[in-house]
Amino acid sequence: MSQITLTGVGKSFGAVQVLRNIDLDIKDGEFAVFVGPSGCGKSTLLRLIAGLDTPTLGDIRIDNADVTRTPAADRGLAMVFQSYALYPHMSVKQNLAFGLENSRMPKAEIEERITEAARMLEIGPYLDRRPGQLSGGQRQRVAIGRAIVRNPVAFLLDEPLSNLDAELRVSMRAELAALHKRLKTTMIYVTHDQIEAMTLADRIVVLRDGRIEQVGAPLELYNKPANRFVAGFIGAPNMNFLPAKVEEPGGEGFFADVLGESRQAVRANAAAVRADQPITLGIRPQHLRLARENEDGVEVEVNLVEALGSETVVHTTAGNGDPVLAVLQGQRPFNAGDRITLGLDPENLHAFDETGLRLQGN
Amino acid sequence: MTRVMTFLTRRRGGKGWHWTDIVTWVWLIGGLVIMFGPAVWLVGSSFKTPAGLAEFPPTILPYATEEVTVEGYDEPLPLFEVTLEDGSTAILAEARRIGLVAQMIDPNDPGEPVPVNINDRSPVRELSFEIDNYTEPFVHFDFLQYLYNSVFVTVMATIITLVVNSMAAFALSKYKFTGRNLVMFLILATLMVPLSVILVPLYSVVSALGLFNSLWGVILPTVATPTGVFLLRQYMLTIPDELIDAARMDKASEWQIYWRIILPLTAPALAVLAIFSVVWRWNDFLWPLIVLSRKELYTLQVGLNVYAGELNVQWHFILAMTVVTMIPVVLVFVFLQRFITTGIAGAGLK
Ligand SMILES: Nc1ncnc2c1ncn2[C@@H]1O[C@H](COP(=O)(O)OP(=O)(O)OP(=O)(O)O)[C@@H](O)[C@H]1O
Ligand SMILES: [Mg+2]
Repeated sequence: MSQITLTGVGKSFGAVQVLRNIDLDIKDGEFAVFVGPSGCGKSTLLRLIAGLDTPTLGDIRIDNADVTRTPAADRGLAMVFQSYALYPHMSVKQNLAFGLENSRMPKAEIEERITEAARMLEIGPYLDRRPGQLSGGQRQRVAIGRAIVRNPVAFLLDEPLSNLDAELRVSMRAELAALHKRLKTTMIYVTHDQIEAMTLADRIVVLRDGRIEQVGAPLELYNKPANRFVAGFIGAPNMNFLPAKVEEPGGEGFFADVLGESRQAVRANAAAVRADQPITLGIRPQHLRLARENEDGVEVEVNLVEALGSETVVHTTAGNGDPVLAVLQGQRPFNAGDRITLGLDPENLHAFDETGLRLQGN
Repeated sequence: MTRVMTFLTRRRGGKGWHWTDIVTWVWLIGGLVIMFGPAVWLVGSSFKTPAGLAEFPPTILPYATEEVTVEGYDEPLPLFEVTLEDGSTAILAEARRIGLVAQMIDPNDPGEPVPVNINDRSPVRELSFEIDNYTEPFVHFDFLQYLYNSVFVTVMATIITLVVNSMAAFALSKYKFTGRNLVMFLILATLMVPLSVILVPLYSVVSALGLFNSLWGVILPTVATPTGVFLLRQYMLTIPDELIDAARMDKASEWQIYWRIILPLTAPALAVLAIFSVVWRWNDFLWPLIVLSRKELYTLQVGLNVYAGELNVQWHFILAMTVVTMIPVVLVFVFLQRFITTGIAGAGLK
């Protein structure tokens, strides 16, 4: 049972402001994922929630109780660290028991909880080993086990899978999803990995430079990114951006001149833009297609073709020199140096104004 | 055996002697002699008689001239191998010596003494261990009392040193507070002040506290060592902060973090400091000499001083007791050195 609310939270280290004005409401039982580029303050935000650091501004509430100044030990949260941080001189069992002993739990109950967690995470055979004698995946499970036995009101996980190999990552990801389903505890999860974010999250929080850029369900962020940063950050491969200019209202919104060579219909509120306003159009590589005969498209020059069989990844350069990536279905007989014309569909176009915000009605 | 030989005669490149092989051997053997020579000589000489010690050239092993009791003489007489005038050799005992001529007699047939030039004879020598060097002090010298005092001072001082220094190091490495660097700097600055400079003020403090002529007066001024704080702090800096954060999340109190996380992980550095502390306290001479003036409080090092009189230094006792006082230090080293393994602190991290 825990709802975590942050109001106007800011954090500075000396003169460096690392987090500014964070407002966030994480619901009970929610799986929230923080994503953002390296150094944007994800770990710092997690540490503030954990109580390992205190915010310089704002307040933090857990279930409506103000915990801004409460020490970490009394917040009832458990954290899995970016580096696991297992106690190297203790056996796995002692690692799991340490937190419970500190809260003066009876021996029998400690034993019971460890057995239960060991069964759940399949670390039973390693209970007497030291962390140094475990593989990365096993250590990771021990780190999660150390959080689980505490029976916390919420889990905080800081890039727990970042050091595992791709295969182990996939299976651990599934285990974590299953764990969340079973425990139904609030989880806050920090990651760099888009796929982890998209598959695990109930809601994703995108951070940049210590600010929240957007909060929303994974597909909401994918389909309707609130600004250029989120559009570029969510989705792989990254969205293509093309400079354009508003021409005149019409169709379901207005028409825009793309790169001065092509006229495209944009779905947006035409009243919110003025003629000649410079805008940016974004389109995902998967949404690009070859233009039909006589269709007004964007002409690009092919640089590199990656034929993957089911699809063809084409690296191209637009007329203004910007790179454009297209993922075309099926196999295409292109060569470097070919000039092709790509068609854009209005329903797949994302339009952003000069400041990078999504246009109204888009 | 052949494997030992192949190991010992291993050379660079395998074939022929490279000049580096020779340099290596000379260097290693020279080092061995320089490091172990004095210790071996000390142990060997501790079994010599005062006369054996005065001998020149000195020997490593304790040899003594063989002696026999001869009828008609009260004292046992030393035996010599003598080259007689007719060229034959005989074993004779020396009855008397006047200048370059000694009066020698045959121990089996004591008759008229034979005059022999002392250049024509050499002493008959045998390996003989003068155990009295060791047993005598135990009986006449308050060895056990001094030993107890030394052990008490060393053990107490080492325990307190480890506790106090590790606490200071913990605070200086893992807490952020204003003036932290200044405190560290001040602690290191005291390294530059030699004992002789603070001897008088220290004496005043100790005596004002009523610790004069008390073993605690020897112990307490020595427990806060800048070297120890620095050594432990540098080691603790390598312990990842995330371990401490993890312990905080695990509801550990600051004391538990210190006691259950930091101390076990600092074991290698603690072992090093323990060895240092034991050696320092055990071998301390000047400070105990100043603080302790009653004989029953003397530590071994001070007690040993009674054999170095103004007119007469009883080297045989000093050497023997020095060997005895070395033993505990060696044992402590042997016991603690296996804790000096590094690199376990990072093992719980990725
Ligand atoms: N103790 C500190 N003192 C000063 N600056 C700090 C401190 N801790 C973090 N920072 C700064 O705060 C910013 C955010 O750091 P943080 O660790 O939260 O990034 P992150 O988003 O977790 O990055 P990563 O994805 O690489 O883990 C960084 O620019 C970092 O340099
Ligand atoms: Mg981080």
